[in-house]
Amino acid sequence: MHDKLALSDDILLQIEKPERYIGHEYNSVVKDPETVGIRFAMCFPDVYEIGMSHLGIQILYHLLNSMPDVWCERVYSPWPDLDRIMRKEQIPLFALESQDPIRDFDFLGITIQYEMCYTNILQILDLARIPLLAAQRGEDCPIVIGGGPCTYNPEPLADFFDIFYIGEGETRYGQLLELYRECKAQGLGRLEFLRRTAREVPGMYVPRFYEAAYGQDGVLQSFGPIEEGIPARVRKELVTDLKDAVYPDKPVVPFIKVTQDRVVLEIQRGCIRGCRFCQAGQLYRPVRERDVETLKQYAVQLLHNTGQEEISLSSLSSSDYSALAELVDFLMETCAGQHTNISLPSLRIDAFYLDVMSKIQDVKKSSLTFAPEAGSQRLRNVINKGLTEEMILNGATLAFQGGWNRVKLYFMLGLPTETPEDIRGIGELANRIAAAFYETVPKENRKNGRVQIVVSTAFFVPKPFTPFQWAAQCVPEEFLHRAYLTRTAISEQLNQKSIKYNWHEADVSVMEGVLARGDRRLGKVIQKVYEKGGIFDAWGEYYDDSRWREALAECGLSADFYTHRERPLDELLPWDFIDCGVTKEFLKREWERAQRAEPSANCKVKCEGCGAAGFGCGICVIPGRKSS
Amino acid sequence: MNKIRIKFQKYGPIRYIGHLDVMRFFQKAIRRAGIDVSYTSGFSPHQIMSFASPLGVGMESRGEYMDIQVNSLPAPREGKSVCDVLVEDLRRVCVEGLEPVSARILPDTAKNAMASVAAASYTVRFREGREPGGFCALPEAGRQDKIRAFTGQERIPFVRETKKGAREIDLRPGIFSLVWKDRAFEMLLDASSAGNRKPGHVAAAFFDFLGEPLGENALWITREDLFARGEDGIMGELISLGEMGSADPETEVLHEP
Repeated sequence: MHDKLALSDDILLQIEKPERYIGHEYNSVVKDPETVGIRFAMCFPDVYEIGMSHLGIQILYHLLNSMPDVWCERVYSPWPDLDRIMRKEQIPLFALESQDPIRDFDFLGITIQYEMCYTNILQILDLARIPLLAAQRGEDCPIVIGGGPCTYNPEPLADFFDIFYIGEGETRYGQLLELYRECKAQGLGRLEFLRRTAREVPGMYVPRFYEAAYGQDGVLQSFGPIEEGIPARVRKELVTDLKDAVYPDKPVVPFIKVTQDRVVLEIQRGCIRGCRFCQAGQLYRPVRERDVETLKQYAVQLLHNTGQEEISLSSLSSSDYSALAELVDFLMETCAGQHTNISLPSLRIDAFYLDVMSKIQDVKKSSLTFAPEAGSQRLRNVINKGLTEEMILNGATLAFQGGWNRVKLYFMLGLPTETPEDIRGIGELANRIAAAFYETVPKENRKNGRVQIVVSTAFFVPKPFTPFQWAAQCVPEEFLHRAYLTRTAISEQLNQKSIKYNWHEADVSVMEGVLARGDRRLGKVIQKVYEKGGIFDAWGEYYDDSRWREALAECGLSADFYTHRERPLDELLPWDFIDCGVTKEFLKREWERAQRAEPSANCKVKCEGCGAAGFGCGICVIPGRKSS
Repeated sequence: MNKIRIKFQKYGPIRYIGHLDVMRFFQKAIRRAGIDVSYTSGFSPHQIMSFASPLGVGMESRGEYMDIQVNSLPAPREGKSVCDVLVEDLRRVCVEGLEPVSARILPDTAKNAMASVAAASYTVRFREGREPGGFCALPEAGRQDKIRAFTGQERIPFVRETKKGAREIDLRPGIFSLVWKDRAFEMLLDASSAGNRKPGHVAAAFFDFLGEPLGENALWITREDLFARGEDGIMGELISLGEMGSADPETEVLHEP
């Protein structure tokens, strides 16, 4: 056993949850460093409990460790209590498995899942003693490579990364690491390795070989490679056939309770729905299903190899998985008598769902979740959310008959074209659901007398590669005004006593909007915020809006430029050089249809010609499907 | 239905895993091992499992115990007893540093581990560089004299800080034995639910008695074993929790605690 711990007993005994930093979890991989050529540190830049819940990391950990010459270890953001101690006592950031300093690794991979973790990325680099700016890194520094959804607009982070891997990690790590070995063997330096990566490995964006120029008005004027042979566009990588894709059959089992404390079975990638606000729905096209027989085997193996007491299906919209009923039946059979729970998020609430739920869950304890996202049918058409009031009321009524009495409703405020009418619709819809309860359930059967409806609103953040990438975002005051209108509308309803209302913070939603559609100039802002002490910005208690406002001002930039401005359709966007498969023409068409409140068909009904068919896989190649 | 007592060790970096997480770990490990553990009934069934005595975070132990109830025992194989098979199956799905070492089948009438615990033995060492200079510089006989003087007191008052404030307790009746051997204290202390005494408190009281300050985190504590009282009532002889019951119900007569 390697007893080494990077942190002393004195430190481990005074910090919160020392288990976050000691490794040794079941199924974690320990190799002999003498036998591997490449040391890879895989980082989720947030606290352990969040990072350990992420399936993508488990997939890459499994993939990289299946290569005999590679040892992939994990690293997460030290919580502020340990962060302070590491700075004071000058302890370098270390990987969990070997407890060795990250600085000595060949690669530091960072998954970038949400914008508000950007300052945590700088924390990781800084604690690891890697220069924040890629341009200042020497030959002895790890290659810092980023992946994940935020890399579809990597520009705000361009200064800090050596490479961005655009797309799904399964496809190109083999080739990239082979190139690294080759360059090392030939004694080529860091720069030459990066140059060859940019030239030879598909999906790799090496920001130092590109330059951006801005006009007087601050708008991006030109963007492109500064060297011959560097591609002008970077096309997303994806797994065309998930049937043969690797799956982590022995995921690491944490000691402490983490956010996703269960076995996760990814049933498909992508989504047929095409909701216009949803970035994932565009980025991961086309929809590719996993084979149901393979999934059944995985389910059994995963439960056996982890001992977990719960299994959850993962996808953007599980109801659209073609073999869902077969898979769920299998899971119910397999789990029966095994004290294993089944959890089914992202499912449409209909007769099938309620039937399954009544078999696998204690109805009295569970609540129904609907995400209408907008309060009126008009606005739901704008965002192409194919959920009608009728579907919601039918689902709720069926559920009330089945004994459910708690409903959660999720909405967004500040969607394009939203009017006070649409906002009032939120209160009215909640009221109608409550009324359906009182009509459906006779008085004597009402537990606690009342139905509990919880309405939550998030503020809309336009994201790259969505039809709303050109849309204006509200300023914080406007967001709060709309939350106030929502609250007022709810309080005017007949059943208002059955409805509870929660809304998100407005400031952080705007800053998320700045980073989401930002450009390279924001790198300086992120660095300033970090230098002012900003870390864990995704955590409400650590987010400080004034730091961000000050940093923007110091850099001569404004949040409004990035968020509040409706972008003209011919503007050069910072992420235009990335090809995610979905064409700009399609997004424009969708943006125009949105403004006319016209819905589009989902991929199963009709092909709308988004461009993802160019990958030649998934739902795009299913024979007999109508195309436009 | 059988009650099984499993003895396990906790050492190395695993000493930082908290008690509840050790429980969660074994719940999953038991499922991985395919042990036919019994569950409670009701809406949220859980494994029938109880631990003898929680171990403080940062402490190592060579003698921890958990009792589980199983619906059926594994089949003996390769000439190994049922208990050895069970330990082997479980150990295969555990991590280094949190390992089952032996198991015994308890009679149905046995009290659970927690209720049985009467005493615990500890080895208390000093962390490198934190040895109290005065005490360690004494000749061996001098050290033994100091310990005799300390344990010879009628009362050993100690102020325990709790969430509710400070409270004075008497450590003396809870110290069954205190010996200095091989540069470490060996302590046998009361570990019953009513009279539990902590080795850190005893060491602190001792150095307080000597008038010698003890540095922060100076102690390295290992729990060696847990004991129950034998058959002859409250003052009965102490037996290790790991020696109760039987390793093989087919061949041995069950030892009633």
